[in-house]
Amino acid sequence: MRSRIAPLLLLAAATGAAAADVRPAVPDTAALESRITALEAQAEAMRKQTAEVLAALAAARDEIAQLKAAPVAAAPAPAPAPPPADTSSGSSGNAFNPAISVVLDGQFAHHSLDTDAYARSGFPLVGEGEPSQQGLAIGESEVSFAANVDDKFYGQLSLAAESEDGEDSVGIEEAYIDTTALPAGWSVRAGRFFSNIGYLNSHHTHTDKFPDRPLAYQAFLGNQYGDDGVQVRWVAPTDTYLEFSGEALRGNAFPAEGASHDGVGAYTLAAHAGGDVGDESSWLAGISLLDADVRDGEDGFSGDEQLWIADFTWKWAPGGNTKDGGIQVRSEYFHESRDGAFVDPEGVLEPATWDGSREGLYVEGVYRINRQWETGYRYDKLSAGDDTPLASGFDPYRHGVMLTWLNSEFSLLRLLLSYDRPNDSDTDRSLTLQYQVSFGAHGAHKF
Amino acid sequence: MKSIKLLFALALVSAFPAQAKLSVFACEPEWGSLLQELAGDAIEVNVATTAMQDVHQIEARPSLIARMRRADLLVCTGAELEVGWLPQLVRQSGNSKVTSGDGAFLAASQVETLDKPGTVDRAQGDVHPQGNPHVHLDPHRVLTIANALSARLAQLDAANAATYTARLADFTTRWNAAIVRWEAKAAPLKGRHLVVHHISWVYLEHWLGLDEIGTLEPKPGVPPTSSHLSELIATTKAQAPLAILSAAYQDEKPGRWLSERTGVPALVLPFTVGGDDESKDLFGLFDSTIDKLLGAQK
Repeated sequence: MRSRIAPLLLLAAATGAAAADVRPAVPDTAALESRITALEAQAEAMRKQTAEVLAALAAARDEIAQLKAAPVAAAPAPAPAPPPADTSSGSSGNAFNPAISVVLDGQFAHHSLDTDAYARSGFPLVGEGEPSQQGLAIGESEVSFAANVDDKFYGQLSLAAESEDGEDSVGIEEAYIDTTALPAGWSVRAGRFFSNIGYLNSHHTHTDKFPDRPLAYQAFLGNQYGDDGVQVRWVAPTDTYLEFSGEALRGNAFPAEGASHDGVGAYTLAAHAGGDVGDESSWLAGISLLDADVRDGEDGFSGDEQLWIADFTWKWAPGGNTKDGGIQVRSEYFHESRDGAFVDPEGVLEPATWDGSREGLYVEGVYRINRQWETGYRYDKLSAGDDTPLASGFDPYRHGVMLTWLNSEFSLLRLLLSYDRPNDSDTDRSLTLQYQVSFGAHGAHKF
Repeated sequence: MKSIKLLFALALVSAFPAQAKLSVFACEPEWGSLLQELAGDAIEVNVATTAMQDVHQIEARPSLIARMRRADLLVCTGAELEVGWLPQLVRQSGNSKVTSGDGAFLAASQVETLDKPGTVDRAQGDVHPQGNPHVHLDPHRVLTIANALSARLAQLDAANAATYTARLADFTTRWNAAIVRWEAKAAPLKGRHLVVHHISWVYLEHWLGLDEIGTLEPKPGVPPTSSHLSELIATTKAQAPLAILSAAYQDEKPGRWLSERTGVPALVLPFTVGGDDESKDLFGLFDSTIDKLLGAQK
């Protein structure tokens, strides 16, 4: 009961107060007159103020005109402007903290061969190294956050969204920190990252010139080798670019599976060199080694694996303006030696020793016609040799022709026609139409 | 004995010639030229790009990483002009000296930029939130930048501080005299209209009182399209601009196309040092730019 009365009382009090406010508004000529006089005085004051401001403005104008007319030589050198927060290296990361960038990717693919029946001679499908899905699908759409953490560290997190067989998943593609303050060209990276082996491996797929990775990447690295670990990198103080890196990794992603040796199951070494030839050409070449102790690999292998990769890139562009024209040629050669045992994950084949080598190669050439069009050709080849348990005597190969329309730096449409011979009896003719856009912070891409 | 000492000293000197000099990485030729004015032989300058290249669109090439690796100081425009490649170079070089602070000198951060967009939307093209970055075509701003840069050089290389101070004073005198000359010479250009390829000329227009009435690019960074060029014909005919400007590195065809249909001369300006034979340094750049603009007058 009380709770009801209290608001009523409040309401009554409030109404009373309002009524009290209204009362003085009842006309009263004397009061009105005095208010009018006050208002007139106010208006006069404002007129005066305006006049003063206008006069000041005119004076300022005259001064500026005089300054302009005066010979500049006579004027004292302008004092250095106070440097407004000299932000680091012009990165857009300063506009947003952290720099957030989003890549959206999707495609339509038509395969003449049933993708479920797709089998590659000597190379079981591993990781994400299978052909693209039939029909419409989103590709690797990713969000990436990056920032200088403080004066000594840089951090990056990339999340990739994928849809496979109707299942959506968001995975941590990369999550690492880099040192930025080590002297003498040294830097250390720790966390999850794409290994620095080969050329394409450390590049995100959205910077590729083709909608899918070369067969060698699919077969030997499950598309791309990323793992948890530590990387040490050193750039030599030489005219020719020389970079050396070594990594210790958990060994948890194909081909280094099983996280052996208490979770330090894989090591890599890589050396890259590069430079310019004149103003219009530049090159980059490298040799890398991945050494892993594999336990219960996706393809049934357990044992010691050594994967060598040699990569070479040549870019030529008129005047060095690569966005307006030019040719880019790249090739990578893979050589894998395995020494261990094979246990068929499907349980069909008899267990066997796996002691032998396999090879892979791709060559791609891309012709940039102008700022909006580019076209390219890629040739892939794999060979399982004749001394590995899965060897069949047939070497898979593939041809691909690509055409890309770039609306701007941030969006493109791409068409890929490919002719794929995965095994002795099958042929897959496919057409892929891909879109890719990026927005958010303007990312700087590697060479 | 004396000769042995001398030989030893010579060997020492020749063994460490690079260490003796401050190594500077200049992103664009204009800053390379300014560094030459301010430091002469006291420093070693590496210029990353040429006047024939579009600095919005440089690749983080291995050779540039190698040069960045050896730099004690980077001198770049900033305001996101080099956003597509400079951060990558710095990070890949592993050179902690130039990551930030004293080792990174950004010219556009030393002066007030024009055309800061109220909203940043890429539907508007390649817009820079920090304003138009092409600050080097206003000689007054160049002087402000020169002062700050000279101070930075002296700070990083105290041994040569006297040289930098003296050279700045000398440069300032010559530059101020040149500004008077340029402004007098360019007086007839005041109020004239321009059609430009890209919004590279904002500071020049602002300085000389020129008026930009259209761009060949439909939006900044988007290449000219035939439909956009056709729309420009009417404006160009109606407003009778002085010229259709493009920079030495840009495609001349769109400008010539519009020129043929409107009778307005298409003019290629050096834009930066090395853009034509006359633009051997910053002085030559402004001399040539103004001469060519005056030459376009009928």
